[in-house]
Amino acid sequence: MHLSHLDRLEAEAIHIFREVAANFSNPVMLYSIGKDSSVMLHLAMKAFYPAKPPFPFLHVDTTWKFREMISFRDRMAKDLGFDLLVHINPDGVAENINPFRHGSNYHTHVMKTVGLRQALDKYGFDAAFGGARRDEEKSRAKERIFSFRTTNHTWDPKSQRPEMWKTYNTRVNKGETIRVFPLSNWTELDIWQYILKENIPIVPLYFAAERPVVERDGMLIMVDDDRMQLEKDEVVAKRLVRFRTLGCYPLTGAIESEADTLEKIVAEMLTARTSERQGRLIDKDEAGSMEKKKREGYF
Amino acid sequence: MKIDTANVSAGNIVDYLNAQEHKSMLRFLTCGSVDDGKSTLIGRLLYDTKLIFEDQLVALESDSRKHGTAGENIDFALLVDGLEAEREQGITIDVAYRFFATEKRKFIVADTPGHEEYTRNMATGASTADLAIVLVDSRQGVLRQTRRHSFIASLLGIRHIVLAVNKIDLVGYDQAVFDGIVADYMAFAKDLGFETILPIPLSARFGDNITTRSEQMPWYDGPALLEHLESVPIEDGALDRPFRFPVQYVNRPNLNFRGFAGQVSSGRIAVGDEVMVAKSRQVSKIKEIVTHGGNLREAVEGQAVTLVLEDQVEVSRGNMLVAPADAPQVTDQLQAHLIWFDANPLLPGRSYILRTETDSVNCTITALKHEIDVNTFAQEAVKSLPMNGVGVCNISLQAPIAFDPYKHNRSTGNFVIIDRYSNATLGAGMIDFALRRADNVQWQATDVHKKARAELKHQKPAVLWFTGFSGSGKSTIANGVEKLLHARGRHTYMLDGDNVRHGLNRDLGFTQEDRVENIRRVAEVARLMVDAGLIVLVSFISPFRSERRLAREMLEDGEFFEIFVDTPIEECAKRDPKGLYRKAAAGEIANFTGISSPYERPENPEIHLHTVGHTPQDLAVRIVDFLHEQGED
Repeated sequence: MHLSHLDRLEAEAIHIFREVAANFSNPVMLYSIGKDSSVMLHLAMKAFYPAKPPFPFLHVDTTWKFREMISFRDRMAKDLGFDLLVHINPDGVAENINPFRHGSNYHTHVMKTVGLRQALDKYGFDAAFGGARRDEEKSRAKERIFSFRTTNHTWDPKSQRPEMWKTYNTRVNKGETIRVFPLSNWTELDIWQYILKENIPIVPLYFAAERPVVERDGMLIMVDDDRMQLEKDEVVAKRLVRFRTLGCYPLTGAIESEADTLEKIVAEMLTARTSERQGRLIDKDEAGSMEKKKREGYF
Repeated sequence: MKIDTANVSAGNIVDYLNAQEHKSMLRFLTCGSVDDGKSTLIGRLLYDTKLIFEDQLVALESDSRKHGTAGENIDFALLVDGLEAEREQGITIDVAYRFFATEKRKFIVADTPGHEEYTRNMATGASTADLAIVLVDSRQGVLRQTRRHSFIASLLGIRHIVLAVNKIDLVGYDQAVFDGIVADYMAFAKDLGFETILPIPLSARFGDNITTRSEQMPWYDGPALLEHLESVPIEDGALDRPFRFPVQYVNRPNLNFRGFAGQVSSGRIAVGDEVMVAKSRQVSKIKEIVTHGGNLREAVEGQAVTLVLEDQVEVSRGNMLVAPADAPQVTDQLQAHLIWFDANPLLPGRSYILRTETDSVNCTITALKHEIDVNTFAQEAVKSLPMNGVGVCNISLQAPIAFDPYKHNRSTGNFVIIDRYSNATLGAGMIDFALRRADNVQWQATDVHKKARAELKHQKPAVLWFTGFSGSGKSTIANGVEKLLHARGRHTYMLDGDNVRHGLNRDLGFTQEDRVENIRRVAEVARLMVDAGLIVLVSFISPFRSERRLAREMLEDGEFFEIFVDTPIEECAKRDPKGLYRKAAAGEIANFTGISSPYERPENPEIHLHTVGHTPQDLAVRIVDFLHEQGED
């Protein structure tokens, strides 16, 4: 009996989940509601079966997520019975941060990066799982599975701990934390293959449907609520679209697609000629922007 | 595209994915010296297997114009050098992981740095790889890093090597150059224990012999690189090796369930099989193999499962469930090969944390047997192991661990060394064998014991450990304390730094390694004296936290009192009772604490004495009063 490629990736991730549960006093899983989070949630349920995962799930809400994401999140928490924490940066709310007006960079910094730091400090978490994969982006390709953060939540890419075998250094001093990436070695194709194989529930936005969108800066932006102000030459049109990744709706471009089943999504993916992060405005603001965000404490 | 997706549709996707699933996976790394073209080679592999998306290609073209070193052509290295500093400097600093697939296999590639100062990152990539591509620049031939990386690959248990003689276009595709480099490489690599070494002449920049055989080199009749990567046999003996299951986590959701969670590191196990708890040698049977998807009848190497045993036996994290007929060794003394990563050298005698996959114990390096010169592979006697050094040492553990020799099992034979204060990963080790000493030297139990000796003296034995700069007043104050205790009828002894260096420690100098050994010996002597029932006053500069902690841990709780004699260095230099500061300032004394060697201040001393403005007599009285309050006197 030989384990398949996916079996090995699954076992590696389960091993990582258990290392964290055994070594940290107060871990948390960052739950961002996307497909990678759905896979992580599924793996966490597997790792500790028959027990429930011995840690809570945290969603750092920017208040600009698609409405369908929020209802999916609440349904999953109810169905699986996990402990869901939601944090919204109160300073950002007071400042009335708006990605349209303040730009994606500032919005992401305040609502996601700072919001996350606030939540980690508030609950005193010493380890946080994230769904980042090494195939997503160049600076992520360089990151460890157990990635050390200083007391200020910053990442120093030049002095990462050597990570040998699967013998992880899980030790931190008070106030220091570790970000843990169980999906480091998964590719986008692996994620979809696994969702299909395990029949994992995902947000319906991944499937093609008629949705109201406008074209802006070469991207198809979905009009998810009435906070979206139209420019004078913009028109809302119903188009058959879906999303390859999910984030804040004003910053996430849809793609035209007819893929309304998992099988069709995978087939479409296999012939895709652009990377999934192309739909993300935040990566393109400036060169090396993901590395910069990560140094500041973004996942 | 290597994957034929032209005919993929939702209808046959399930069949397609099933075919994908059963592909094998090869993990390999690229290594070699700076500028040998490692990143370019990986960029080329990704490009030629059509794994680069259009938006990435557009970004690459723009980056090539900005930072590229390939003139008008696309600089493939920029695809993998992901950190800003790397792109600016045009070098690889950290290991990057890349993923690609062909019709036959899936690949995970670790692209590792060539600079010597980043050797730790190369070792990181090698620790999980099955094969290494060692690149050599045709114009440079075999270099120091070629040898170093080949040696580390061998040390970490990599069995297959591809010697990629790169930039062959720059020497006119000359076979003589290729043959010369291959002969040089084989001359030293033949002794490194590799199963296969395949030399290939190639040009990563122009794609010669990468995916298909190049027409430029009719004299080469071997496979192209990718053909070889697709067909090299992946060692899969792990299933035939004895069962090993390092326990990660004890799963107890309720009183009726007690399961041991972990990943099978070798062999296989089935319901009903006997298993042994490695450390206690207790035997039980497998009752259930639990997974989320249902109970299994059997679990094999690589699977993450939860095992339930028939009997209530004591098993916790760090222990292993193993095959009773072929159990791992359990020891607290072992010999290992070490690679050192940290800028501070490894110091024999210092206390570190040794972390195996699931176990963690305090350890000290009892003997550094030799360092291995990575250029000549010669063994050299050394007193410490510098950054990027490879050495062989004996290690003593505070508690026994279960292990297999690394060459038998990469997973149960490895460990990392961690700093006890910063928690940095300082080095990595591969266990050779247990030292017989652990079995043969046993503790001799004596009938008259510490308590009996202390009761006869009507006192509680203790160590008063005075630390501080030279000239801070340690010995003067300790002397005052001893006089006061003696007057009260206490049995005391004073160990003074200078005095001990006249006898027991006369062979030691003032280097970092010797200072560590100096303190270790004194701590051992103090421990014996406490065992004899004495109150011991130790007056040593003892500049390093690690060694003071080592001394503390040799004793029982409540027996060790750290007394920080806190006199500012300026004040000590002004007093200068032995004229040492004057000499140190003149450069006549090397490694002088506070001047040319560091002093690490105590973080939580039992007694913190600010000496300025107080007489030594007052301070001595204060210490005796403190001991009295503690019930020590």
